[in-house]
Amino acid sequence: MERIKLENLSSCWGYPPTDKFIWSDWLFMETQYPARRRPKYLNLFKIREPLPAIVSILHRISGVLLFFPGIPLFLYGLQMMLESPESFARLQSILIHPLSKLLLLFATWFFLHHLLTGIRHLGLDMHYGLQLQHARLSSKLVLIFGAILTVLAGIWLW
Amino acid sequence: MVKPVNRIITGAHYGLRDWLMQRITAVMMAVYTGSLIVLVAVYRPEGYEGFKSLFSIQWVKIASLLCFAGLCWHAWVGVRNVLMDYVHPMFIRLTLQVMCIVALLGYLIWFLDILWD
Repeated sequence: MERIKLENLSSCWGYPPTDKFIWSDWLFMETQYPARRRPKYLNLFKIREPLPAIVSILHRISGVLLFFPGIPLFLYGLQMMLESPESFARLQSILIHPLSKLLLLFATWFFLHHLLTGIRHLGLDMHYGLQLQHARLSSKLVLIFGAILTVLAGIWLW
Repeated sequence: MVKPVNRIITGAHYGLRDWLMQRITAVMMAVYTGSLIVLVAVYRPEGYEGFKSLFSIQWVKIASLLCFAGLCWHAWVGVRNVLMDYVHPMFIRLTLQVMCIVALLGYLIWFLDILWD
């Protein structure tokens, strides 16, 4: 479809808000979603994000959580594991607690999600799975495999 | 003629360097994690002595340190991107970035200290 740019339309019409305006997109939006009935949500909790967006933001959130408190907790655990037999026993007694096992399970899921979505992003960087259906499918696969591997890790932990 | 420079002090390092290094370190860590799981499955360390002797092998220590250094670089690029997206005032962003660098360098030294104790 040919795209006609109408410059300075906003100044005479007041809509759309930018002067870099693509006529066919505007026509599509107006016919599909007339301006008066189009819902305008700025509330994040009312916007329903598509699955790839959810998977992507979880990649970022898990990354931040792995950075903090992830890395210091990991180092603390590693130190207890390798310092002395006494500290090793102390670490074991901490990890035997159901609450710390639950936390460890969450950490495992964050880690696996970050790893799997990372592999997905590497694919996207190499232009694999850029089509919408493929992006949705890979998002689903990432969530499913993340859940399966977390359950397996949970079985191994208990 | 001199081209005007529009670089900002808390911006990204320009060019491919950070973007590419984040991916290279990601692959490094994935390979290391897989190898470590295989190593533990084969070696089956029992108790304190088992893990201590596993992490006393020189090449395990070197590979672990390389991986952790990669983790620090990877985390730095990631955290910097997050700060660039959400924290806009230059001074606050710079402060947070410096705090992250100091923390990551501290973690790296801590890791070194744990392995080469």
